[in-house]
Amino acid sequence: MGSESMISLSGPVLGPVLAIGLPVAAINWHSVLFLLFATLASIFAVGVVLTDNVVRMALYLVFSLAATAGLFFLAGAEFIGAMQLMIYVGGTLVLLVFGVMLTAQAPFVSIKPSAADRTLAGLAGSSLLVVLLAAALSVDSWQRPGLGEVTAPTATPLGMALLGMRVDGPAAGAATGAVANGYLLPFEIVSIHLLVVLVGAAYLARAKRRRTPRPIDAAASVVSAVSVVEGSERVELPAVVPPRSGSASALVAGGSK
Amino acid sequence: MNIVTLSSGCCLFATGPLTEPVGVVHYLIVGAILFTAGVVCMALKRNALGVLMGIELVLNGANLNFVAFSSPYLRGPGAATLGLDGQVIALFVILLAAAEAAVALAITLNFYNNHSTVDIDRADDLKG
Repeated sequence: MGSESMISLSGPVLGPVLAIGLPVAAINWHSVLFLLFATLASIFAVGVVLTDNVVRMALYLVFSLAATAGLFFLAGAEFIGAMQLMIYVGGTLVLLVFGVMLTAQAPFVSIKPSAADRTLAGLAGSSLLVVLLAAALSVDSWQRPGLGEVTAPTATPLGMALLGMRVDGPAAGAATGAVANGYLLPFEIVSIHLLVVLVGAAYLARAKRRRTPRPIDAAASVVSAVSVVEGSERVELPAVVPPRSGSASALVAGGSK
Repeated sequence: MNIVTLSSGCCLFATGPLTEPVGVVHYLIVGAILFTAGVVCMALKRNALGVLMGIELVLNGANLNFVAFSSPYLRGPGAATLGLDGQVIALFVILLAAAEAAVALAITLNFYNNHSTVDIDRADDLKG
């Protein structure tokens, strides 16, 4: 970004900053945006931990993940940031919010951990944070400021690499073995994995008989004299099955054949 | 632990010069905060969905580090980066997190159907 555009951009917008005395032309807007997104991501991540209401946790998580997508954009990984917004914020979080709505009965909206657990988790978390920060700050070459300038971004190298061809870096232009340098095999493995997992999830979460029986089902279960065992699948026995002894052990033994 | 290094690193956040470009260490600090929040969330929450949200936070903290190390703009001139590897790993982590969330949510809904609660302290059926 040229310095002229910086000044013209900041003139009307950032009067207060001018009043403080910072030289506007010297402000690195990349750093300012980074500070904004980093603060948002951290604050909402801590908010997820601190609140007990599961609906608010989901909301804070949406904000934290969206701010993380902003950090991805600032790091020059535009495609990853877009995928973060589309898959995480648009897909996974919608899934989680549906889970929250399906299970958020009044007693379960906020399940509070005990004070001892909170203290222990706070101690363990702060010590973990100290260790991680010490590790992050211990390498000198990581502390150097970056280039601070971003060339025209393009998703072409990433897309071609997922197809098995590299158009970036030293691997580009290798006539032989170029296919082996790409990520075609992991791409295929992930796609098959995703297919299998989604079929399995749809099977696991398929609509089953309601646990609290409707009146007509309750009448049928009374007729069939099948005792309802807490948490057991055997309540699905049809009415034509001859009544068993009614004890849980007999039902389990019958079901395990 | 080097207190001076830590305080100087945190200074970049507090008062720090907004005139300097950010480096890898800033992303690492944010990633550490996200990771720690996720770990505490996983350990502390009694709601099964809260534990799932903690997992998402942990994965995001790790992803942030991958992207930071792959970015050529955050390293000084001449420093080696992860290049495209970091971005591809981050992409795969996002996809696998989506798959993991789908399966975990299905398990949670099954648990809720069977136990009428999402309190994971009640999931002790296998206790000997």
